[in-house]
Amino acid sequence: MSDTGGTTTTSIKSRGTVTIDIAHCKGCDLCIPACPPGVLAMSTEVNHMGYPYPQLSPGCTGCGACLYVCPDFVFEVYRFEQPVVTEVAGAAR
Amino acid sequence: MTATTTNPTSAAANERVLMEGSEALARAAIVAGCRFFAGYPMTPFTEVLENFARLLPDVGGVCINAESELEAVGMTWGALSTGARAATGSTGQGLSLMQESFSEITLAELPLVIFNMARGQQDYFQATRGGGHGDYRHIVLAPQDVREGVEHVQLAFHLADKWRNPVLVYGDYLLAHTQEAISVEPIVYPELPKKDWAVDGTKTGSGASRGVTPLGVSKTGQVAMGQEGKAQYIATKIPLMEREVRFEHGFCDDAETIIVAFGSPAKFVKYAIKQLRDAGHRIGYLRPITLWPFPYAALADVASGSSLKRVGSFELSAGQLVEDVRIGVAGRAPVTYIGGVSTDHSGFGVGRILDVELIAERILALHEDRELPLIPGYEQHSYQIQEHQK
Amino acid sequence: MTIIDTSKAPTVPARKVESLKPDLLLTQEHHMCPGCGEPLAVRQFLECIEELDVANRTIAVAGIGCYTSFAGTMDVDLVQALHGRAPSVATGVKRMLPDSLVFTLQGDGDMVNEGLQEVLHTAARGEKVTCILLNNGVFGETGGHMTATTVVGQRTKNTLDGRDAEYHGYPILIGDLVAQLQGASYVARGSVHNAGSVARTRKMFKRAFESQLRGEGFTFVEVLTMCPTGWFVPTADGPSYMQETLGEVHIMGELKVDGRVRTTEELHAENVAKQRELDDQLARGGIEK
Repeated sequence: MSDTGGTTTTSIKSRGTVTIDIAHCKGCDLCIPACPPGVLAMSTEVNHMGYPYPQLSPGCTGCGACLYVCPDFVFEVYRFEQPVVTEVAGAAR
Repeated sequence: MTATTTNPTSAAANERVLMEGSEALARAAIVAGCRFFAGYPMTPFTEVLENFARLLPDVGGVCINAESELEAVGMTWGALSTGARAATGSTGQGLSLMQESFSEITLAELPLVIFNMARGQQDYFQATRGGGHGDYRHIVLAPQDVREGVEHVQLAFHLADKWRNPVLVYGDYLLAHTQEAISVEPIVYPELPKKDWAVDGTKTGSGASRGVTPLGVSKTGQVAMGQEGKAQYIATKIPLMEREVRFEHGFCDDAETIIVAFGSPAKFVKYAIKQLRDAGHRIGYLRPITLWPFPYAALADVASGSSLKRVGSFELSAGQLVEDVRIGVAGRAPVTYIGGVSTDHSGFGVGRILDVELIAERILALHEDRELPLIPGYEQHSYQIQEHQK
Repeated sequence: MTIIDTSKAPTVPARKVESLKPDLLLTQEHHMCPGCGEPLAVRQFLECIEELDVANRTIAVAGIGCYTSFAGTMDVDLVQALHGRAPSVATGVKRMLPDSLVFTLQGDGDMVNEGLQEVLHTAARGEKVTCILLNNGVFGETGGHMTATTVVGQRTKNTLDGRDAEYHGYPILIGDLVAQLQGASYVARGSVHNAGSVARTRKMFKRAFESQLRGEGFTFVEVLTMCPTGWFVPTADGPSYMQETLGEVHIMGELKVDGRVRTTEELHAENVAKQRELDDQLARGGIEK
């Protein structure tokens, strides 16, 4: 946690990331509980088929659990060569 | 002059040996390139299966004694999908079990050859109309003896590949179990296109993989016929296959009476008619060699003879062939069913009606417009027959 | 809340570790319902075929069920069989092409209802094919009706108060039945209720295919798959519902390895240990393949 000009931010390290093909998502929710770091959450918006889709917050480990349980093949999984640090507003969870 | 090399296979093939029909049929299939057979024992088909089991391994083929007819036809379906020549068979009863697959194999356009060593001729409807669902036709060859059976089996494999459509060889106890002196010689047919539709795994992962399917679907990116398109496509093939019609006839030109008969009984009918001719009776015969396509046009032609008075259908059934005879004759002359249900005591073999004298008696009775003599065995039912006639 | 842009590949140096879809799928699109478990199994066995480098000699035989639509999207030479008849068709294919990898894709309605004798006889004959069963305990395609694997108490469209053993009889534990047959060399029951079980199922596919390629005998992989539509549960509840119903009766695990049938106790113990191990691996950053 750091304090920059009165705003509290937290540094979150991501070891990997995913791409999400939201157009093909059928909004089944299976990836949400499957994610070990818990960095996926369903959108409030919907795609062209009317389904909500997962969105990624910082903290992905690139473990691939979401892809393993995704029936609609919307994920692609990457691991960073160097962890990526994201500063997010607010205190650490 | 060049030295003639002798092919040991053809030398052996040219030798006529006394052979049971079931063995001759299996050998003919193998000569035609059949490398897979699956079946389930059932009299009088069993020996056909036995011979395939004995002979196929020697040529690198496979014969599986399937656990049921359902599995036999399924296995054959698989073998056919790889492009192999393959066959299955049974008696009509066993073929009843296979009907769902027959329908779908026809839609999948697989060149299946089916043997029916039938218990009599009561499977005529099954063979020509099909017991399965949907629109389909199978070419049906009905050999009259073992020698013709050897030819028909080879023809069956050729026609099946030519039309990518099942072909059925309709035999019976007599065909399967009569011994004849024959040689199983390969018949050369015109070359057919390569089976590029067959699956062998080599296209997997290429982006152009193949599918052998009755469903009218295709791989993503390929053009699909769809269910309707597939059914329409098969429908357009039916009239084309009608060109394969085969028949023979004799003594029809001045005949007053023409008898229609097929398969083993036809050979007795022909013999009886020859004798009746010798005695001065103007009787002729027409033998459908293909039961489907049925020789309607040929029958119409002989039935148009100026002296023709009547047509009879001699068949070992309660009257199935007679329906096609009526269609062919089309009102040109009255058509009478003069056959009967007749088997040996087991129900599998040849009945008493297949006696040339009895056959001749029935034909002559029809010819002379007399009442038909009772078929042997029917006398025990005469009371019921009278009751029904009241 | 910070949302990361996941619409395109990362711009910083990164290694792609999992692809959108297996190469052996012509398209990622399919018309399975949301939350369906079948595509999860399809991905894994297709990736195994790629990994084993036998794609150009692989032939599939499809049964009839929801999964049949993959017949058109799998880039695999394929024979479409009738409902229940795939193991026999696969037998004919393999006997003619003994060097190929041949597998069937069937559901519980297809294999355990309509085609029970086919799979059992094929196993008993020791045919060198792999039968894959996607078992969700219902006829998914017709809309959720009881099959021969529906567990006692499970609600289906024709067992509205749950399967009553007295009235509807008991489920067939097909994997266990197949394992008893001498011709079967490798028999396993996987599941796709979470990432760890998917990873275990992948190993089962791989072992089954390897056993087939070594010519050891009949191989069989059953996979418990979610069918929230046919079970009338929310998609998110699919995995837990499956664990509580099918999973309690059709016990996951390698049922027969190297010709030895394993006991339920062995399976239970292994399931606990494996799940812990795989969860740990996931928490550390990924499952070791």
